[in-house]
Amino acid sequence: MKRRDFIRKSTGAGIAAGVAISFGGYDRLWGKQPSSTPYDIVAVMGGSPEAMFDLGIQELGGMGAFVKKGQKVLVKPNIGWDRTPEFAATTNPGLVKRIVEHCLKAGAKEVYVFDHTIDNWTNCYKNSGIEKAAKDAGAKVVPGNSESYYQEISIPEARILKKAKIHQLLLEADVFINVPVLKNHDSTTMTCCLKNMMGVVWDRGFWHRNNLHQCIADYGLFNKKPALNIIDCYNVMTKNGPQGVSKEDVANLASQIITTDWVAGDAAAARMLKLEPSAVDYIKIAYNMGIGNMNLDSLNIRRIKM
Amino acid sequence: MKYSSLKKIRLSFAIVFFVIVCVLFLDFRHIIPEGFFGIFLWLQFVPSVIKYIGAGEAAALGFIAILILTFLTGRSYCSFLCPLGIMQDIISRAGGKIKKRFRRFGFKKSHTILRYAILVLTVIITLTGGVYILSLLDPYSIFGRFMTYFIRPVVIAVNNFIAGILQHFDIYTLADTRIPSFKAVVYIIPALFLLLTGIMSLIKGRLYCNTVCPVGTFLGLISKVSIFRMRIDNVKCSKCGRCAIACKSSCIDFLNMEIDNSRCVDCFNCIGTCPDHAMSFGFKLPQQREVPVDEKKRRFAISSLLLFFGISQRIFAQERNAPMPNKASTVKENKTSPVSPPGSTSIENFTSKCTACSLCISACPNNVLIPSFTEYGIAGIMQPHMDYHKGFCAYECVRCLEICPTGALLTLLPESKKLTQLGRAVFIKENCIVQTERTACGACAESCPTKAVHMIPFPGNLTIPSTTDDICIGCGHCEYACPVMPYKAIFVNGNPVHAAAKKPENIQTDLKHEDFPF
Repeated sequence: MKRRDFIRKSTGAGIAAGVAISFGGYDRLWGKQPSSTPYDIVAVMGGSPEAMFDLGIQELGGMGAFVKKGQKVLVKPNIGWDRTPEFAATTNPGLVKRIVEHCLKAGAKEVYVFDHTIDNWTNCYKNSGIEKAAKDAGAKVVPGNSESYYQEISIPEARILKKAKIHQLLLEADVFINVPVLKNHDSTTMTCCLKNMMGVVWDRGFWHRNNLHQCIADYGLFNKKPALNIIDCYNVMTKNGPQGVSKEDVANLASQIITTDWVAGDAAAARMLKLEPSAVDYIKIAYNMGIGNMNLDSLNIRRIKM
Repeated sequence: MKYSSLKKIRLSFAIVFFVIVCVLFLDFRHIIPEGFFGIFLWLQFVPSVIKYIGAGEAAALGFIAILILTFLTGRSYCSFLCPLGIMQDIISRAGGKIKKRFRRFGFKKSHTILRYAILVLTVIITLTGGVYILSLLDPYSIFGRFMTYFIRPVVIAVNNFIAGILQHFDIYTLADTRIPSFKAVVYIIPALFLLLTGIMSLIKGRLYCNTVCPVGTFLGLISKVSIFRMRIDNVKCSKCGRCAIACKSSCIDFLNMEIDNSRCVDCFNCIGTCPDHAMSFGFKLPQQREVPVDEKKRRFAISSLLLFFGISQRIFAQERNAPMPNKASTVKENKTSPVSPPGSTSIENFTSKCTACSLCISACPNNVLIPSFTEYGIAGIMQPHMDYHKGFCAYECVRCLEICPTGALLTLLPESKKLTQLGRAVFIKENCIVQTERTACGACAESCPTKAVHMIPFPGNLTIPSTTDDICIGCGHCEYACPVMPYKAIFVNGNPVHAAAKKPENIQTDLKHEDFPF
């Protein structure tokens, strides 16, 4: 880098940083999580997705603990497939709706919902029921189908995924809420919090070509981490995932897991599928890289049965 | 210029109809319900004939309606319902704005031999050899190709530009949409015809319709005996010649007080220009007139046409085989047959009925339908095939079958389409990431809607794809999803005749938790 370039760039960065600080939310700059929560995991069982969320988020101090007045929130469900909600290939629309409502009630300026779908995006948005649910609640449903929405970021500490193009809304949002649906997965054993991030990047093929498990874990190092992971385990695809063949694949586990630590969330979710967390490669890798804690025994878990 | 009321009716009808047909081709967000397409396209002459003969669909009687209409009123189809005709009227009007003399027509003799030679040749080749010359010359299909290959990309680009601006204002109603791109060679035919019809209409009005278009010539045969037609009142007429100058078809021989009704397209422009009110559209019995046949001229016309098509085939043949980037995978996909779209039942059936109007290519939400070059043989040029490197056939989608105006694609219910096997997935282990890199992938299996492609255990806590033929429907999602380049590790080999797929069997899961498992 030339001296002139260096000066120009560092001045730019300095101004940007200053502006960011003056506009608040500066703890993001240091990659810090929002204020610590009373529990590592809140798990709820036995209610509707909406009721379980109402109860679960209350245990964590309400949505106000995560969303501040005037903030932009990104809610990222799994809308990857052109399947109706009963296939459980996509996040429960009722849950998405309730989360959006909580965010707006907490004073969010705008709530965005999108996914980089695998099937045709308009059909996925429509048939999953998520577009309507989110819009009804007052969210802005945004397309994720075109490369023009994606911006390159770097993850310097990553082993393989050192660069990725991610959706600009994830970068713009003040608060990022990850809302995966737990599913069996043909090649990665299961899909949940960390793997849901394949829906915020443009080039998934790179992940598939270059050690999928490592890339999934690598993404966990990116400094824009979810403030909350709300795992939909209401209807769970137990086999033939992640798309499913028929409703026979789906078990009604009527559960929900809410956590700020996505590795812990994936570990708890693995147990819901009767898997040991360490048996899922990307969970083990992420844990070893220090992204989160997969040792459920050492975590402070609040369990609620409705 | 004064507009007669008939002309006003013609203009308003044509504008509305034209806009609707354009919108059908330009609907890149796929908002228009499938049912609407048929309502507006069932009167398109050539697609309707093919649908009636090929599919035996009584509902495809649009062309009978056109024949009756033509017998009653002459070639009003050409001015009211033919999108290519209306487009040429628009170009001709623009021509008049550029140079006045482009809009001053005057009587010309018809190119009788050429036009009938083209008609006869088209009919003979279509009956004996296949639908390709008809596809090339069918005005609706020519128009469809303009829209699909030239106008649609521009419209999407404009949409993307506006979407990009709106995005900065946090408005996402317009979505950035991928502009489909095809091999350069498929643009040649639409471009040639755009040039041909564009130039001819710009300077000579309806010369194309009255010389090249086989539909125009055929309807012209009927309009020779049509009941209602343009006529000149020889008592009122002062032989000023204004009608002839205004006639886009150059068919008014005012000196001899004759109108060549085989070329008149019922545009009614002459009525308003006549200062003597001598032009009227009314009832008149036809006059018989012998057309002298010149064998030499006819032979010349036929051979020059053949030469044209011969030369064009040579040109296309040189432009194939784009170089492939040399990267990871090594084993070439051994595709023995292309994949024809769902509802086509077989390649033979499909290629004998498709006029390559490209409506399905425009309407496919997944951009999987791609105009062919040599996939179906050179005669099938422009007919769409499924290109699974570009897209895949969505499991629930039946849009192309619902809208096909020629019946080359027959309507199937989504449930039957899901059990129609277009081809079969073939796994190439040597190209697969799991085999070559020893890392997990499974992009193909996760995409498979029936689990015909699924993962089986592989050394190193891995899984590797495996296929079950009888439940594979050949949708190509596996091929599309496969991240390996340039050759995929899984591809769909087409079934020349579509087969029936078995319904995937599945058993009820028994996973249950009485309490938290953690």
